[in-house]
Amino acid sequence: MSNKDAHWEKTKSHMIVTLAIWFFFSIVVFLFGESLNTSSFLGYPLAYYMTAQGSLLAFIILIFWMSGKQEDIDEEFGFGEREDD
Amino acid sequence: MASSLQGKSFVQNLPKIYGTYTGGFILFILLMAVLESNGVSAKTIGQFFLAFTILIYALIGWLSRTVQVDAYYVAGREVPTVFNGMATAADWMSGASFVAMAGGIYFGGYIYMAFLVGWTGGYVLVASLLAPYLRKFGCYTVPDFIGTRYGGSLVRFCAVLVLVLASFTYVTAQINATGTIASRFLGIPFEQGVWVGLISILLCSMLGGMRAVTWTQVAQYIVLIIAYLLPVFWISNKFGFGVFPHLQLGAEVSRIAEIEAEFGLVKNTAEQLKAAGVPGGLAYISTPHSAVPAGSAWKYISLAICMMVGTASLPHILMRYFTTPSVKSARKSVAWSLFFIFLLYSSAPMLATLSKISLIDPTLSTGIIGKSISDVQNIEWVKNWIAVKQAYIADFNNDGILQLNEWFMRGDVVVLATPEVAGLPYVISGLVAAGGMAAAMSTADGLILAIANALSHDLYYKIINPKADVRKRLITARVLLVVIGALGAFIASMRLTGILGAVAWAFDFAMSGLFFPLVLGVWWKRATREGAIAGILGGLFSGTAYLVYVAPAFMNNTPWLQIDHLRFGIIGASVSLILMVVVSLATKEPDAATQKMVDDCRVPAGKTIIAKA
Repeated sequence: MSNKDAHWEKTKSHMIVTLAIWFFFSIVVFLFGESLNTSSFLGYPLAYYMTAQGSLLAFIILIFWMSGKQEDIDEEFGFGEREDD
Repeated sequence: MASSLQGKSFVQNLPKIYGTYTGGFILFILLMAVLESNGVSAKTIGQFFLAFTILIYALIGWLSRTVQVDAYYVAGREVPTVFNGMATAADWMSGASFVAMAGGIYFGGYIYMAFLVGWTGGYVLVASLLAPYLRKFGCYTVPDFIGTRYGGSLVRFCAVLVLVLASFTYVTAQINATGTIASRFLGIPFEQGVWVGLISILLCSMLGGMRAVTWTQVAQYIVLIIAYLLPVFWISNKFGFGVFPHLQLGAEVSRIAEIEAEFGLVKNTAEQLKAAGVPGGLAYISTPHSAVPAGSAWKYISLAICMMVGTASLPHILMRYFTTPSVKSARKSVAWSLFFIFLLYSSAPMLATLSKISLIDPTLSTGIIGKSISDVQNIEWVKNWIAVKQAYIADFNNDGILQLNEWFMRGDVVVLATPEVAGLPYVISGLVAAGGMAAAMSTADGLILAIANALSHDLYYKIINPKADVRKRLITARVLLVVIGALGAFIASMRLTGILGAVAWAFDFAMSGLFFPLVLGVWWKRATREGAIAGILGGLFSGTAYLVYVAPAFMNNTPWLQIDHLRFGIIGASVSLILMVVVSLATKEPDAATQKMVDDCRVPAGKTIIAKA
């Protein structure tokens, strides 16, 4: 496997992990909205909290983590960007 | 025509420039507060707020004027990560987000809040599937990517078609919002307000294209976020609900549930509403604030999916990531965009909660539910809003006491009137008007520019007249900008749609026609030109056909699987995916040059693909 292919394989699995986490916070959580709402967080019903704040925060953290890790992958294969590019 | 807003020293000075600007704006707010306490009328203060902010944006627009193609289309690709995040947030948060969202949550409860998740979760798709790769591609517009990746004028033209349809659906709603605000605060008729709004919008973008829009959007973000957060924190602290409302309103949310149980969530019948003469467009509380309605999971999720996938397909958002200096800053910039959006979106449910509790809790001095109707009718703000048909009282059970289902108001009132209801000084209402104007203007600018750029770059330069010189191209771009804006203002002045219906449709159009052709263009080398054309046109036509089939305004048939007119993108995008895969596999695989191009766009290092060609 060439360097390029190896880089893309790793990028692909990173994308799949990212989207799996995204799927959990955007879809799976809200499949169980009714039962989640019986517990609470910060005094808010849990499903209400997730749609008002929780999932939104999770998305921000997820994208920051995803970009950091992708930069590491790019560096690892020598594809990182130089200042003078 | 030299211009000062570019180059390394300008970029390095950005934090200082916008820091000074923010300080100046806060001083301006304080000055208005002083004027108010010295007896200057509310109307004058509102006018000052609008005039001052619009003049600043126009000044930035003028300073950013340019005659260079790179600066006009992609802001010279020198917008730093964090500032691009701010500009994207302003580009993103429309008049609907600013004015209508808190009201939507107020009346729509949990299901409506699927918009919050949908309009943020989509950025994960943007960051992981599209933004970095499109940036590496080095295109000027979204159809530019489609046209280069798949090759040929026809596929480029199809992409332009979807872009224009989706963006134009969206832009009329924005011009409508600028018109509403301008007419309310300048005291002119709505039809004139629309044109005032349009001129303000064009002042920002005409001379400097993307560069001018970028720097005005950053300025507009600062105004709109201050205007949104200040009242939320102020009200929460004033009534002792909590110093930091986002973390401390749990008790108020459960108190609202108690009040709902006490008064009951009664649904009025259409006959009752008609008999009582309730004006159209007003709503009353009949949906629980925080409870999840039984069996609503699919209704929630399907809406969230449409908004997320639509987000990742909207050209005016994707093109913001063409302006960053590198691929990795494009990626990080998405995270910053979402952070800046979060500041407002996480405050909208808090504002809805604060506004609701202060209105419906009979134990609070501001509460009106459970009080005598004749007393409520004498409250100053109630009188004002009833006079302009934005609020209404109907005593259905004739007991002289105001019940939850007897108080009507327009959703927008939640943002526009809450400061007044809570007894905040008028200067805050003026600030909110300036914020709403900034939100609607910044989005309208992004959208009009996306349309005009696609028409001037993809349709005119790439398809009709590839020999056109730079001067001709930029003049075409500007003429189109004015024409499209005028067309949008004309349609807005006819008042065809409510703000939110049209906004959700734009997402569905974009996801039907563009999502899979864009994503598969990067992630599936085997995707062919024929596949892309089938995907774009098939998705667009099937989605539109389904919209016509279910929309109440058209054929009004019963939706399949609860996929109603707000969710028609699910049908369009599914058809688009299937057609694209089937047709691609049935046609000859892309040539070696195209495959090499896809390979190159997957690697961050090196020159952009279009620059190489």
